[in-house]
Amino acid sequence: MHRLRTTERAGTKRGGRPSAGRPNFVWSLPALLFFAFFSVVPLAVAIYLSFTSYQGIPLLPPEWIGLQNWDRLLTDEGLHKAIYVTVALIVLAVVTQVPISLLIGVWAAGPQRNRAVVAALYFIPLLMSTAAITVLFASLVDPNFGIPATLREIFNLPVDNVFSNLLGNSTTALGVIAFIYLWGSSPLHTLIYQAGARNIPEVLYQAAAIDGAGRVRQFVSITVPMLRNTMVTSTLIMVVGTFTSFDIILLLTRGGPSGGTSNLPYYMYDQGIAALDFGYGSAVATILIVIATATSAVMVKATGYDKMAGTQEGI
Amino acid sequence: MRQRPNYLAGAFAGLWLLIILLPIYIMVRAAFESRATYSENGPLGLPTEFTLENFRYAFDNGFGRYMLNTGIVTLGTVLIVVVLVPPLAFALVRGQSRWTRVSFQSMLFGLAIPAQVVVIPLNFLITKVGLYDTLIGVILPTAAFTIPLTTLVLSSSMREIGNELYEAMALDGAGPVRSFLRLVLPLSKGGIATIVIFAALQAWNNYLLPLTLTRSDDLRVATLGLGIFRQEYSLNIPGIMAAILLTVIPILLLYIFARRALVRGLMGVGGK
Repeated sequence: MHRLRTTERAGTKRGGRPSAGRPNFVWSLPALLFFAFFSVVPLAVAIYLSFTSYQGIPLLPPEWIGLQNWDRLLTDEGLHKAIYVTVALIVLAVVTQVPISLLIGVWAAGPQRNRAVVAALYFIPLLMSTAAITVLFASLVDPNFGIPATLREIFNLPVDNVFSNLLGNSTTALGVIAFIYLWGSSPLHTLIYQAGARNIPEVLYQAAAIDGAGRVRQFVSITVPMLRNTMVTSTLIMVVGTFTSFDIILLLTRGGPSGGTSNLPYYMYDQGIAALDFGYGSAVATILIVIATATSAVMVKATGYDKMAGTQEGI
Repeated sequence: MRQRPNYLAGAFAGLWLLIILLPIYIMVRAAFESRATYSENGPLGLPTEFTLENFRYAFDNGFGRYMLNTGIVTLGTVLIVVVLVPPLAFALVRGQSRWTRVSFQSMLFGLAIPAQVVVIPLNFLITKVGLYDTLIGVILPTAAFTIPLTTLVLSSSMREIGNELYEAMALDGAGPVRSFLRLVLPLSKGGIATIVIFAALQAWNNYLLPLTLTRSDDLRVATLGLGIFRQEYSLNIPGIMAAILLTVIPILLLYIFARRALVRGLMGVGGK
C-alpha cells in the first residue's frame, strides 16, 4: 500500500493537476455522519446508561449509580443461563448448518440442469422475513393444530407424547429454534458454498480422477480444502447471526420455559426494555457489543474486506 | 470419462428439498382454505378448497394498514440509502483522502454489530430527539445500519469502471460532480439496484426496531402485525398463513422479475 501511495504522489506531480475530477473528503461526510449518529453514538450511550438507573421514561432522566449494574452482572444467574443458551444455540447452528449447506451447496453447483432448478427451490425461505418464518413454524409445532396433532392421529400416540409440547421443554424448544435457524438461513449458506464450489477449477477433479480418486476422496481432498475461505466466511456470518439474533426467540418462546431459551440478546431485551431497566439492559448490551465487534474484526480480517477497500486508491 | 449419477447425493438433496418445501406447501394450502377445512384435514392434508376468505380476514384485522406502514418504512430507507451511499462509495473509490479510507475501515469493524444489539440506547436516543413512536424514527436507524454493507457492495461495483474513462472526463475538464453524475452513476446501475434491494429487504423484514421504537397500533409494520396475529388469533391458522403470505408476495414478485439483483442483495444480508 505504501508503494502505491508513492507512485500516486509522483503521478500527481507529473500531471500538474493534483485532484482533477476526484472527490474530496466532504463527499463522504453525509453518510459517515449519519452512520456515526446511529451506531457510534448508541455505543457510547449504552456504556453511559450502564452506569445509571433508568426506566425508559423521559420524565425521569437516568440517575448515576456507578458500578451497581456491573456488580449485579457478575452474580446474575439469569445471565449465566443466557450465556449457556447462547453458546448452545451457536453450537447447534454450526453443527447443523455447516455440513448441510456444504453438501447441498456443492451438489447444487454441479453442471446438471435439474440441479439448477432444484437450487432455485432451495432459495424460497430467503424470501421470507424471520418474523414470517417464526410465525409459520409456531403454527406448525402447535400441539393442537400443528404437525404434532396429526402425528398423534396417524400413529395413534398417547395424548402426552414427545411431540405434544415441543416448546414446553427447554431441550426440545432449543431444538425447534435451531431448526428454524437451519431452515431460514441454510439457503443463504448453500448459495455461498454453491458460488465457492463453482470457482474450483475443473482440472483438479480431472487430475484426481486420472489418479483413481473416487467421489468421496475427491470431495475430501479437493472440494473441502478449496472451500476453506468460503467456510470461514460462511461460518462467521452464521456465528454472528446466531449470536445477535433474538427475534425468533421473542416470537416463539419469549425466552421460556423459565429462561431455558433466553439467549444473551433476548436477556438484554427482557431485562432492559420489557422490564424497563434500561441501565442493567445496557450493561448486558455493552458485553454484547464488545463480543460482536471482536467477532466482526476477525471477520473483516478473515474475509479481506478491509483490503478490498484499499485496492484501487493508488491508481 | 463421465461419472455415473451420484444417487446417494441425489437422495439427500431430495430429502432436503422436501424439508424446505413442506412448510411452504402447508402455508400456501392453508392460506386458501377455510378454518373448518383446515381443522378437519390438519396441516398435512391435500388441497380440497379454494377461498380468499382468510385474506379478507387479514385485511379486516388491520393488515392492510400494517403493509402500508411497512411500505412507507421501506421506501424511506431506500431513499436515504440511495442519496447517501453513492457519494461515499465514489469518495472511497476515487478520492485520495486518507480520512475517507480510515473512517470507512473503522465503519467496517462495526459490520457485525446489528441494530438489535443497540436497541436500548437507540430507544433512548430516538426518544431524546422526539422521534419515538413515529415511522421516521424507525426509518433513520434502519437506513443507517445498512450503510456499511451497501457502501462495500457499491464501491466494489464502482471499482470496475475503467480508469481511462475518468481520465477522459478529467481531460474534458470535468469536476467530481460531473464525473459522478455523468460517468459513475450511469455505469453503476447494477450496483445501485443491488443496494436498493438489500436496503429494501432490511426494512421490509425488520422486526426489532419497529417493536422497540413504536408503540401505536396504527404505526405497526407487517412483521409486528404477524406477531400480534400469532398472539391474538392463534386459533385461526389459515388466517395467520394468509397474513404471512401477504408479506412474502412483494418479495416473490422481485424474485420473479429482478432475480439477479435480488440474489445479490440477499447474499449481502448475511446472518439475518
